[in-house]
Order: sequence, then structure tokens, then C-alpha cells
Amino acid sequence: MSKPYVRPITSEWIFRHPRYLRYMAREFSCLFIGGWTVLMVWGLKQLSEGPLAWQAFLELLRSPASIALHLLTLAFATYHSITWFNLTPKALPLPFIAAAHYALWGVVSVIVLRAAF
Amino acid sequence: MTQLEVLRYNPETDQEPRFQRYEVPFRDDWVVLDALNHVKEALDPTLSYRWSCHMAVCGSCGMMVNGEPKLACKAFLRDYPGVIRVEPLRHFPIERDLVTVIDDFVAKLARVKPWLMPKEPAPAAGEYQQTPAQLKRYKQFSMCINCMLCYAACPEYGLIPEYLGPAAIALGHRWNRDSRDGGREARQQELAAKEGVWDCTFVGACSEVCPEHVDPAAAIQQVKIESTVDWYQAHLMPWLKK
Repeated sequence: MSKPYVRPITSEWIFRHPRYLRYMAREFSCLFIGGWTVLMVWGLKQLSEGPLAWQAFLELLRSPASIALHLLTLAFATYHSITWFNLTPKALPLPFIAAAHYALWGVVSVIVLRAAF
Repeated sequence: MTQLEVLRYNPETDQEPRFQRYEVPFRDDWVVLDALNHVKEALDPTLSYRWSCHMAVCGSCGMMVNGEPKLACKAFLRDYPGVIRVEPLRHFPIERDLVTVIDDFVAKLARVKPWLMPKEPAPAAGEYQQTPAQLKRYKQFSMCINCMLCYAACPEYGLIPEYLGPAAIALGHRWNRDSRDGGREARQQELAAKEGVWDCTFVGACSEVCPEHVDPAAAIQQVKIESTVDWYQAHLMPWLKK
């Protein structure tokens, strides 16, 4: 009587090879990007509620905790973008497809920075 | 000498698998499969494992070597300092020792219809004609040897057993990209389903472990893009449908 043994699946696989940790870091990065988007929507709400609410929101953004969170979010967003851009040639096997993404990223960043400062 | 730690499981007597150590001679040109053959011939004839060609062509000897999916015939002892831990391919039920139950993969492979469904009747005389450029479109995906290392590397397959998986999708895609083939629509039912490409989250491990340098992760993402284009064409440009 044969009874095949089914091994249990645990979260151990994440630590089995660095590639799985890198993958989880990429997936994890979306929490920061999503959280920052929610922050922006909240900022819009504060803006709609008048100058006092808006000033309070800006004060909050200037706090050390907020700056630390923004730096962390920037780091995760950069990691997220780089990992995905490097994967684009697999999905779209076209010449210079990854380079085109980086170029567009650079152009958009320059436009946003020029508009902000 | 080198130490081999092999996962053993006897379905008739064991409740669960256990590791057994063997001491085998260390030779510079030996692969893990040679060491297993030495165990079977000289130390313990009860050890069960699959193998056939010993030259990375047949795809039978896939197993976990120090936690990584490898062909035992391509994993040199010299690359593994210390005790070498050999386990059956992950994510598949263990039949006995290093032998796994592969029925799930075989059934999934058949579902993607990995054979030629000619677009036009075969030429009356001679063979199909194909240019080097047409051959290049699918060649790398046709190198798959069905060794299932990609299934053992894929965490999605481990977590979602219904997932069609890397090799089956890559082989379906291989025929879709063949200039002689007209069976794409028949394969889309399986490939474009949730359990098809959409269960993939692009971990990319399948392509990293493939011993034949096939890129199943690329095949899966390409099917995702093509299926998305299909959807937009069907819903936004229905007049394009024949």
C-alpha cells in the first residue's frame, strides 16, 4: 500500500536563497509606495478643508519622522523601479526597452523636480 | 571521502521522511548522481531515485542539492564543500526516497496541448519551410527537457498547487510562437486563465534554475501581455474580431 508523503509548505522558502529575499523586498516595497499614495490623498483632503488644515498637513510633512519615512519610501520606490525596469526585456523583448524606461524615468524626474523647485 | 545526507522515505514503513548519511569517495569528476550510484551499488541497494542519461538531456534526475533544484548529473561534488544534502524535488509528493509523484505536472503539460496544430495543411511534398528568424522566435523555449526544476523553485506553485507552472506555460508559448502552428486559441483557455499565467507574480526563480537556459519567466510575462492585448481588442475594439 503506497502512500506518497506530502511535505508541508512553510514560509521557510523565503530564506532558502537570496533570490527569494530579493523578490520579497520587491513585493514589500509596494506597501511603502501605497502608503505614500494614501498620504497624498489625505493631503488633498486637508487642502479642500481650508488653509488651516493645509498648514497643519505641511507641518506634519516637515517633522523628522515624516522625513525619515519619505527617505525610506524613496529608497523602496527606487528599488521597486530598478528591479522592474531590469525585468522589462523579458516581458517585451524589444531593443533598448529597459534603457527607454530609465530615460523616461529621468525625463519625468527632471520635470517634476523643476516644477517643485 | 565526502558525506552525503539523503532524504529517505519508505511508504510501507515510515510515517515521515528521515535523513540518512552515507560516506562516498570524493572524485573530482564525480557528480551527485555518481555518488548516488555508488551508494546503490556498494552501500545500500534499497535507495531509490530516478535517472537515465547522465548527460543533462533526459530530465529524470532532478532533485534538491543543498536546497537548490539541480540535475544530479550536472551537480559536481567539487562544487559542494562539506556534507551534501540530497532531497527529492520540492513541491511534489514523495513516492519513495528521492522519487516523486509527477502526475500533476504530466497532466498540466497535456492541458497546454504542446504539439503542432498546423495552421495550414502540411505541404504535399517535402517538409515545412521555416526561416532562421522564425526558428529563433521559439527555439529557446523548445529546449525544455521537462525536468521540473522550475516547479521546485517556484514558490507560487508550492503555495497554489492549481497553478499551471513555468514549464507547461513555456511549452505552450513555444508552440504559439511557431510559424507553422495555428493552435493559439485552443491553448489560451489554459494559458490565459487565472491558474495559467495570472497566478505568476514574476519571482523569476524558474529561469534561474533551468539547466537548459530556457527562460520560462519571460514566456509567462509575454503570454500575460498578449492576453491583455486580446482582452482590450475584444472589449474596446470588437470590430477587429473576425
